[in-house]
Amino acid sequence: MAKLQPQAVKQITEIVERYKDEPTPTMMILEDIQKEYGYIPLEVQELVSELTGVPVSDIYGVVTFYSFFSMVPKGKYVIGVCLGTACYVKGSQLVCDKFGELLGIKPGETTPDGLFTLDLLRCIGACAVAPAVSINGKVYPQVKVDNVKNIIEEYRAREAN
Amino acid sequence: MSLVNIKINGQPYQVESGLTVLEAARKCGYVVPSLCAFNHGKCSLASCRVCLVEVVGARGLVASCVYPVNEGMEIITNSQKAVEARRASVELILSNHQKNCLQCPKQGKCELLEVANIVGARDQKFMGEQSPATVDELAPGLMRNTAKCILCGRCIERCKEAHGISILGFENRGFKAIVAPAQNRSFAESPCLQCGQCVNVCPTGALYENEEIAKVDAAFKAGKKVIVQTAPAVRAAIAEEFGEPIGTTGTGKMVAALRRLGFYRVFDTNFGADLTIMEEAHELMDRITKKTAPLPQITSCSPGWINYLEYFYPEVIPNVSSCKSPHMMVGAIVKSYFAKKHELDPKDIFVVSVMPCTAKKYERQRKEMPNDVDAVLTTRELAKMIKRAGIVWNKLPDEEFDNDLLGEYSGAGVIFGVTGGVMEAALRTAYFWLTGKEYKEINFTAVRGLEGVKEAALNINGTEIKVAVTSGMANAKKLLDQIKDGTSPYTFIEVMCCPGGCINGGGQPFVKPIFLPNEDDDILETYRAKRASVLYSEDERLVIRQSHNNKDIQKLYADFLGEPGSELAEELLHTSYNAKREKFPVK
Amino acid sequence: MEQIKTEKELQARFEKCGACLQKKFHCEPGHKAIVVCGGTGCLSADSQVIIDKFKELIKANGLEDKVTANIVGCFGFCSQGPFVKVFPEETLYVKVKVSDVEELFEKDIKNNEVVERLLFVDPQTKQHVQKQHEINFYKLQRRDIALHGNGEINPEDINEAIGNGAFQGLNRALHMTREEVIDEVLKSGLRGRGGAGFPTGRKWSFVPKTDEPKYMICNGDEGDPGAFMDRSIIEGNPCAVIEGMMIAGYAIGAQNGYFYVRAEYPIAVKRLAKAIKELEEIGILGDHILGTDFSFRCHIRLGAGAFVCGEETALINSIEGKRGMPRPRPPFPAVKGLWGHPSVVNNVETLACVPYILREGWEKFAAIGTADTKGTKVFALGGKVNNVGLVEVPMGTTLRQLIYDIGGGIPGGKKFKAIQTGGPSGGCLTEKDLDTPIDFGSLVAAGSMMGSGGAIVMDEDNCMVDVAKFYMTFICDESCGKCSPCRIGTKRCLDILTKICDGKGEPQDLEDLKELSNVIRNNSLCALGQTATNPILSTLKAFPEEYEAHVKDHKCPAHVCKNMMEYYILPNKCIGCGLCMRNCPVGAIAPGTEPAHLPNGNVNPGKFAHVIDPKKCVKCGSCLSGCRIGAITKR
Repeated sequence: MAKLQPQAVKQITEIVERYKDEPTPTMMILEDIQKEYGYIPLEVQELVSELTGVPVSDIYGVVTFYSFFSMVPKGKYVIGVCLGTACYVKGSQLVCDKFGELLGIKPGETTPDGLFTLDLLRCIGACAVAPAVSINGKVYPQVKVDNVKNIIEEYRAREAN
Repeated sequence: MSLVNIKINGQPYQVESGLTVLEAARKCGYVVPSLCAFNHGKCSLASCRVCLVEVVGARGLVASCVYPVNEGMEIITNSQKAVEARRASVELILSNHQKNCLQCPKQGKCELLEVANIVGARDQKFMGEQSPATVDELAPGLMRNTAKCILCGRCIERCKEAHGISILGFENRGFKAIVAPAQNRSFAESPCLQCGQCVNVCPTGALYENEEIAKVDAAFKAGKKVIVQTAPAVRAAIAEEFGEPIGTTGTGKMVAALRRLGFYRVFDTNFGADLTIMEEAHELMDRITKKTAPLPQITSCSPGWINYLEYFYPEVIPNVSSCKSPHMMVGAIVKSYFAKKHELDPKDIFVVSVMPCTAKKYERQRKEMPNDVDAVLTTRELAKMIKRAGIVWNKLPDEEFDNDLLGEYSGAGVIFGVTGGVMEAALRTAYFWLTGKEYKEINFTAVRGLEGVKEAALNINGTEIKVAVTSGMANAKKLLDQIKDGTSPYTFIEVMCCPGGCINGGGQPFVKPIFLPNEDDDILETYRAKRASVLYSEDERLVIRQSHNNKDIQKLYADFLGEPGSELAEELLHTSYNAKREKFPVK
Repeated sequence: MEQIKTEKELQARFEKCGACLQKKFHCEPGHKAIVVCGGTGCLSADSQVIIDKFKELIKANGLEDKVTANIVGCFGFCSQGPFVKVFPEETLYVKVKVSDVEELFEKDIKNNEVVERLLFVDPQTKQHVQKQHEINFYKLQRRDIALHGNGEINPEDINEAIGNGAFQGLNRALHMTREEVIDEVLKSGLRGRGGAGFPTGRKWSFVPKTDEPKYMICNGDEGDPGAFMDRSIIEGNPCAVIEGMMIAGYAIGAQNGYFYVRAEYPIAVKRLAKAIKELEEIGILGDHILGTDFSFRCHIRLGAGAFVCGEETALINSIEGKRGMPRPRPPFPAVKGLWGHPSVVNNVETLACVPYILREGWEKFAAIGTADTKGTKVFALGGKVNNVGLVEVPMGTTLRQLIYDIGGGIPGGKKFKAIQTGGPSGGCLTEKDLDTPIDFGSLVAAGSMMGSGGAIVMDEDNCMVDVAKFYMTFICDESCGKCSPCRIGTKRCLDILTKICDGKGEPQDLEDLKELSNVIRNNSLCALGQTATNPILSTLKAFPEEYEAHVKDHKCPAHVCKNMMEYYILPNKCIGCGLCMRNCPVGAIAPGTEPAHLPNGNVNPGKFAHVIDPKKCVKCGSCLSGCRIGAITKR
């Protein structure tokens, strides 16, 4: 607990306070923290546990159950390759493999420079433009294997400037 | 309760409504194997899928552990479909289970192996990749091996129900799911009490105590004078390990066995209990009369409780008695008084405590008292040693503890093993000191609104004081919150970590219906009382029933310690607590 | 905003807003109404920028009192988006880009001139089609029940919803007893659209008539990969789902309703939250609704990415802040659900049908569909089909009509192979099943299930073993891990399928797969586990020869499984340009010894046909997708 900054303690206390009238607010609190900070480390879970009375093991169990929650910070650009059925039958697995190969990471991992995280998504509803890739919410339609390099370059170039 | 008519395998029966199919079947004489079901034959998870049976009209097979019986229900437990389904569930569990049964600490006590035999599981069926495994051997008391875990969730429920702290929980999902303390940490790096309640319910070798038999062997080999002491609760249960019914006294045979194992002296921790009472009653009198420390005073002999105190209620530390627990006192006295009298070098003495407890393994390693006791064995470990030595329990004579300086003990010490026992023992002595009269029976009554808490009031020289007794940290929490709020009406509180006290400790023989075909259906509800009755009857049998009347205790004070609370007594028999224990130390 | 606290006030608002809506659709000469699709698909293709630009132009031209522009819910024909529709002519423009807006405004809005190049072109006739209902995709559909208001009303304006008839069904229900409402829904024949098809009215009738609190829950945790029906319904007409929930809440005696919606659906959540807030403000949600004793409030809970939470008891655990692990049943949620109280969980589409039944009467709903299943079904049609999108068809429509008439057939002249319905819990149907009418019973009889409405078309290039592996990967990832058959069994199935797809399969593997699949189906705790192996069982049944080719001949007939296929450059088609060589990440491609040919068949002088070294090739497919003349193939 010593590791949490007073500012963070204050913010998390505020988030917990938001849901004080809810009967079972664990998920809502964690969702807000995930959105706010991008990840939920154990120290934060411990604080939420103390503030809500829900055991840490339960909170940890929830965090590791739902794929929306993360225990580690994500990269600046989160590349989500849709592996919904419509995208899969149109070859999104190959697109995903290519991203992994070029970035040198496996799905779920973040590049050492903290720039990219590669995530697998389950249907983002962009079935019409399959295979689809979503980067920080921007949808790239009909991505082919040989577009992958250009897409990565686009963000690398943006960083260089 | 109303009755319903059901049929099992074509035979008509009448059973109570509200039972599950599993319970009803058992009452009617059919055992349906199951793994996750435990708590009084019920479970809330229905996750192992081993207890599947056919119910006519139901969609597919049903999990008998949760499915309620109702009027006219036809149950088929032995159809080909049900038998094959149960076998397949067990085979799938086995396919992801570390099957090195020879090295398994639960060897001979494994419910999974027993069930596999019952359903006729085929070898190597459905084999494949194993889930990622964690072996946690860091904690002094408990160990965990996820490769043997079947995710039945019994331990999770047990921890929550007993202590309300839920150290263990499910983590991750699917094939990667495990049962672990948060972040899959070691028990040593989480606020685990090391009480071992989880070990008692685990059906496999996934949770077990940190065995210290090898340490004892090494001490013998090194030619040390190995002195053993046994806690009161051990004698109330050890006979179970040798096939005796629950509730059989094992004192005489246990002492005989220990002697045959080659121990230099066989002492009773009850001597330490009497000593604890002397010190604790003295401390209580000081708190009452001299206001040396805040009231209520809380007992300190349960190391699981001390762990809870340090992790969750450090602000209550001033209320807790500074007395070491009885076996630590015995260790300290053996290495000082006993050694001096017999002109032995304390370095040559190796003290072994046989305890019903896994937390004692942690306690003996506390930095506040590192040299009092050298090894702690659980009741189960002692039984293993006796079996290993080829000693046949039934043929053992009944023998007495060694009567050598620490020999005598009172009935007050014996009842330490049950919840309420320490309180009763301490009050017998405190009352005598304050009034000059011996105390009659105490009548404890349940406290309204505080489930699991009992209280009593007694009149000492015209002043009424209130005392309370509780076990299980979920219950203790209510009393501790009162202290924190400044609203506690009590003068003295006894707290035991394990529900029901030490007789139900985490080191006691397993009570598993599957291995106890001759016990009644309700054995999980009655075994604590049966074990407790062993201790109460011994208390009544003993002539001396008050600690202060123990002649060896009187001699110890006269010859060595001086009086309760003396400087030497403080040094040897008292300890201190850590108010700054981190729940999750930074890795 | 003005309150609607009585029936009279509702009717007054209905008439006023209904008139406004009619005025918009049938505006007088010189007036125009522009609507732009605001579904997730079109928004990702800049439809918000398009509408902002229209608004800007309206302002700049001073046409505020003559021309309106707003967003509407999904048009469904997502592969042609973004859509711009102009009233009163009902001209539908497709694939509109931001750069087209000025021209559209100049020509159509200002000068009544249709911009032909932005109209839909019928792939068969190559003719431009001006109006929506003339497009084949829409001809067999009826989008007036579950998708009521989609593509017509502004989902962010509750007045348009009210003008479109929202809360008329609720109003009628409030004049009936609870039993009568349940009876009405029973008689309509409505079955749950979430998957299993349990009669909705019966589900409601299981709730005991006690005084304890009761809860309505709307299941919007649409996790089925390749399905987005529920998202579009909420995005397109949130009031319809809210109204359905209120009617259900009235029928079961609940005072609170929970929407459980995927966090991945931010637009749906935003619009739903806005609608709830505004309905609370005007008094349609709250105490004494429309002057009656009925009080009801709505709450939103976000799903956090767990497919299993679509299972109702897992969903309830999730709302309770726990891991979404299913509970054993009994007790059923209708008796002991959320926080231990009676609860009914209905799917989004189910609830969206309820207002229609109450508004129009059960007879009208029951008149649509087959003997087995009444009403319509929304499908997310996707995969290898020309017209990808969201369709609502009457029950009884055949799969052939769905794929060929509405879906426009298979692209690229490829051969149809299978249609997968029911998502990970469903199965694959083949050519021989194409004339199966769509309803719950017929799809199950054919070996699949309705499921929530995903319909993925596959062609000859899809390997069915690979498809089964895909679904098992998904299920294995999404298994909650609670019960052992699903936790361990699905992993074992995936292990075997992976082995087969890696070219290491043996005939015994197929026997093991069958045995395991049946064990998982019979022994699992929840519906997710019990149906988890349907993709395996149905593909094993429909494509035995494809499995056998994998395990006996170690060949993948569709050339998908990497270890059993290779990329190959056709020497007589390769022009020797070297693009593939430059694209290859591992340097596996080099010019060979054969001469290269020009597209006209002549030798390309000085160039050599390239060849792939199979030892170096990592089968990434870069060469194939990069080759402009189609000289690279798989074999």
